[in-house]
Amino acid sequence: MTKEPILSAKDVEIQFSLRGRKLTAIRRCSLDLYEGETLAIVGESGSGKSVFTKSFLGMLDSNGSITHGSIMYDGKDLAKYKKEKDWRTIRGKKISMVMQDPMTSLNPLKKVGKQIQESIELNQGIKGAEAKKMALEMLEKVGIPFPEKRYNQYPHEFSGGMRQRVVIAIAAACHPDILICDEPTTALDVTIQAQILNLIRDLQKELKMTVIYITHDLGVVANVADRVAVMYAGQIVEYGTVNEIFYDAWHPYTWALLSSLPQLGVKGEPLPTIEGTPPNLFNKIQGDAFAPRNKKALAIDFEEEPPFFEITPTHKAKTWYLDPRAPKIEQPEAIKRLRASMEGRG
Amino acid sequence: MQEKEKLIELKDLQITFGTGKKKFVAVDHVNFDIYKGETFALVGESGSGKTTIGRAITRINPVSAGEILFKGRRISGKISKELDLEVIKKCQMIFQDPQASLNERAKVDYIISEGLINHHLYKDEKDRYNKVQNALREVGLLPEFASRFPHEFSGGQRQRIGIARALIMEPEFVVADEPISALDVSIRAQVLNLLNELKKTKGLTYLFIAHDLSVVRFISDRIAVIHKGRIVELAEAEELFLHPLHPYTKALLSAVPIPDPEREKNKELIVYDPSIHDYSVDQPVWEEILPGHFVYGNQKELEGYRREIEK
Repeated sequence: MTKEPILSAKDVEIQFSLRGRKLTAIRRCSLDLYEGETLAIVGESGSGKSVFTKSFLGMLDSNGSITHGSIMYDGKDLAKYKKEKDWRTIRGKKISMVMQDPMTSLNPLKKVGKQIQESIELNQGIKGAEAKKMALEMLEKVGIPFPEKRYNQYPHEFSGGMRQRVVIAIAAACHPDILICDEPTTALDVTIQAQILNLIRDLQKELKMTVIYITHDLGVVANVADRVAVMYAGQIVEYGTVNEIFYDAWHPYTWALLSSLPQLGVKGEPLPTIEGTPPNLFNKIQGDAFAPRNKKALAIDFEEEPPFFEITPTHKAKTWYLDPRAPKIEQPEAIKRLRASMEGRG
Repeated sequence: MQEKEKLIELKDLQITFGTGKKKFVAVDHVNFDIYKGETFALVGESGSGKTTIGRAITRINPVSAGEILFKGRRISGKISKELDLEVIKKCQMIFQDPQASLNERAKVDYIISEGLINHHLYKDEKDRYNKVQNALREVGLLPEFASRFPHEFSGGQRQRIGIARALIMEPEFVVADEPISALDVSIRAQVLNLLNELKKTKGLTYLFIAHDLSVVRFISDRIAVIHKGRIVELAEAEELFLHPLHPYTKALLSAVPIPDPEREKNKELIVYDPSIHDYSVDQPVWEEILPGHFVYGNQKELEGYRREIEK
């Protein structure tokens, strides 16, 4: 690829100290983010998808820190940022975040308009009437009717979907380069979810943002993403364009995730499941972290960590299955069915 | 279709909350039957009244008009003590959030056997113990888990405990209220498989309450779509997906994200606007438009739906 990444994380390791023990939440994880794209990070809870992206904004809990690697953005290494003062030049201005639950991410005692205005005043140094004008514009941009009236209302006067629109307005108020959406629609109804996804897409075009979605809903991923990164136990195990991940995935964990979806199952037959639990991140993991849960794991999976194998210039997977020495392994039925139905439609 | 045994019948059901000025009609004119051995899904947005119906069947919410029949006997309103006990035993519920629905201070042993204890449904301590062990085994947990507390389990395991608690009463009918919505993607399949397996081995009938139409397609035989307390469409699962008629059903179907990028990119989002219905003169009815396919609409709309079917 010739395009320069806008943000580039390399070999990032994040550790938390818990009761005197070290938990490695992110195990040497790399990620390139390209300008204007929508990248979705998927994985089960505890896979580290939130922690990883929070480290781009210096929002890790106080017992956690980046212990290795670099996060290059705009010529600076964010992994070296320690002081709150440094982070303030990035957070909200350049990189911004939308949280999952609009009930808890707004201040219930402050007028909605003021909360948007606050973000503008703090980050752009614009004060008073002018900031208010911008806040009103922002309310209109996120599709809230009667912005003048809504400006003076409190969060409890808004429905869940409208509240999430306000949260998006706050995050996008300073026209950030990168918008991180952490499960932005999980707490919402499906019909509202579709509207919010469209809103984020429209804003992205208008404000020329790069968007990272963190989600476990593969339906949402199929809807929004240009590229997908699949995360398991603190590592990205497969990258690819959205079509490569859905129609031609190669990592056994991606297979398992897709196969277990009821939407892709065959009625009357049991769904393929992922047995067992993710590994304990307090311990050192040997080999492929997913091997203990993979019924078709190879002997080497338990001994040596697989490197990334390139399938196409945009598609990489971290599995020994792709080693030329590995026995031939077939993709599971669900993926074949998905591909067949895509090709059938032409 | 041959005659199937009706397990649950809802007749013109209305459920209201509050009285006087504050009266709120949560569910109105709901009519449907649930046949023995089927999985009947009720789908709608939050606040549409789907959970309220489930709770009315298990006698948690009182019914303000209409009636509910269980095996042909009325179970809504005032009923005899014996029948009440039977409903408690035969109609059980599985809840959405396994973090909130289990008593944090009780051991699994007590949580599972609480129903037995309340109604003295066991011979002696040994009988109770055996029943708990069996229930745990049936949901794929180890019998020794009985002596642990809920916080020691993962989300999927907790939901299994919730299912074991329902099973120990030997129910015939189970209301599953969004049983997988709060679970992680990787364990949803396990719980769905378990529910399907129990349906076969125990001959259970489910009322499956959900907001996600795409999940419901996989597990249910028939689907009813509810909007603002009214059922707007009811059909067999495949039929509903192939020929949705009511505009609200179409809107819901278009909003559900499908894990298939090419299809998602070409899909058009339909937004439902309730003001398109003009019910001022022409009153809407609940009509069986095709065998087994019901839709709610007035004569003019039904005419339009019929033309749509012919196409």
